[in-house]
Order: sequence, then C-alpha cells, then structure tokens
Amino acid sequence: MTQPDGAAPLELRFPARPDELRGMRDALRQRLRAWRLDEESATDVVMAVDEACQNVIRHAYRGEPDGVIELEVRCVGDELQIAVRDFAPTVDPARIRPRPLDELRPGGLGTHLIRSAMDHTEFLKPPSGPGNLLKMVKRLARTGAAGA
Amino acid sequence: MKHSTREERGAVIVAFAGEVDLEHSPQAREVLLEQVGRRRRVLVDLSGVDYIDSSGIASLVEAFQKARKAGTGFALAAPNPAALRVLELARLDRVFRIFVTVEEGLDAGG
Repeated sequence: MTQPDGAAPLELRFPARPDELRGMRDALRQRLRAWRLDEESATDVVMAVDEACQNVIRHAYRGEPDGVIELEVRCVGDELQIAVRDFAPTVDPARIRPRPLDELRPGGLGTHLIRSAMDHTEFLKPPSGPGNLLKMVKRLARTGAAGA
Repeated sequence: MKHSTREERGAVIVAFAGEVDLEHSPQAREVLLEQVGRRRRVLVDLSGVDYIDSSGIASLVEAFQKARKAGTGFALAAPNPAALRVLELARLDRVFRIFVTVEEGLDAGG
C-alpha cells in the first residue's frame, strides 16, 4: 500500500478570479483522493479552501482582476495543513469574523463554513512581502489506512 | 452549471446541475428570483448539483425570503450528501423545507 505521508504537497498559483475556482477544486479533489481522505473530510476541505479563496477574491482583492492566490496543501501524519496566501493589502483579521447565524441573511456564510469544517484556522501576515496568509488544519480519518 | 425549469402540479420546478459556485451563483440567483416572482410555488431540484458554495446558498436564501414575503411556497429537493452537508453547516437545514425527492416535494404541496 502506498504510504501517503510525506507525499508531495499540492502547490497551486492561480489568478484570483471566480472562473479559476473550479480548476482549483478539481486539482484539490484529485489530490485528496490520492491521499485517501474519507468522503466527508474531502468535502469539507474542498469547501473550506474554496470559501477561503472566495474571501480573497471578494474582500482582499475586492474584485481586482490581476490578483494572485497561492495554495499549498500538505498531508503530514494524520492532518492536512493548508495555506492560502494572497498579495493584496493586509486585511485586519479582526474584521474576518463569522456572523451569527440566528439572523437569516443571504451573505456572510463563508467564514462560518470555513471554521465549521476545519479543526483550526488562523489569519496571519505572510513571513515576507505583502498580503494575507490563512492557515488551516484538518485532522483526518483516512479510508483504507491501516490502524486509522 | 446548467439549469432548467418546468411546471408540474401547479409548482415550478427549477433544476440546477453541475457546480453552483461563485462564478455561476449570480445566474442561479437571477433564475430563482424570476421564478419566485411569478408567485407560484417553487421547488428547487438539487439532484444534479455536485457542489454548492456559500454564494449558491445565499441565492437560495434570498429567493426563500422573497417567496416568504410573497406568501408563496419555496422548498428544496434531492440535495446530494455534499450539498446537504453545506446546508447543515450553515444551519439552514432547519430553515428550508428539504424533501428527499422531487416527487415527495410535489406531493407535499404548500
């Protein structure tokens, strides 16, 4: 059986545009399948990464068409470590809060979905250069993994 | 994303297929609001939807609110497990009427 730990991370760099997200999701799904993630975790991860990229497109670059997103997903031991980085002006992490759900409103769900689907999320400044860095961790139950 | 609409037993069935994501949700929103505006009961067939994100969910919420204001019915049918999971995480599974099949949704009326 192939040991997925330590397998090459998924590294993508793509334009911050809505029509780029499908390709990102397909590449991510394919990699998660190779890492033998269970279906529910894979669904959660794809959704959280997609929502994170949407936040970048809408709130960091504010629809500016030349923005770039860098995505890195690593499978380390029994967790998935995800980093979503942009090069937009820094967004105050205090402003990125999930809204209370008791009020029925069409918008503002993305951040709530990210926090619900991930075990850990953290908004940071990138170690160098401009932009924003979102780190997320998802703990895994892998299908078919011995002793899991 | 593709969509189609048809009428059955006095309801408008709006069926979406593919991915209702940030790129396509404006179109989904337009279709839903237009059909709700006809003041008929709207049943949204999600059976062909592989993926729906927060922007797609927002379109559903907006159409639902418009229908509620107009006093017309609005319900969802046949979400796949991934779509249902997003609705649950958004805690909207308790807000929307969700039927397992379109047929069940039509039988329920209202």
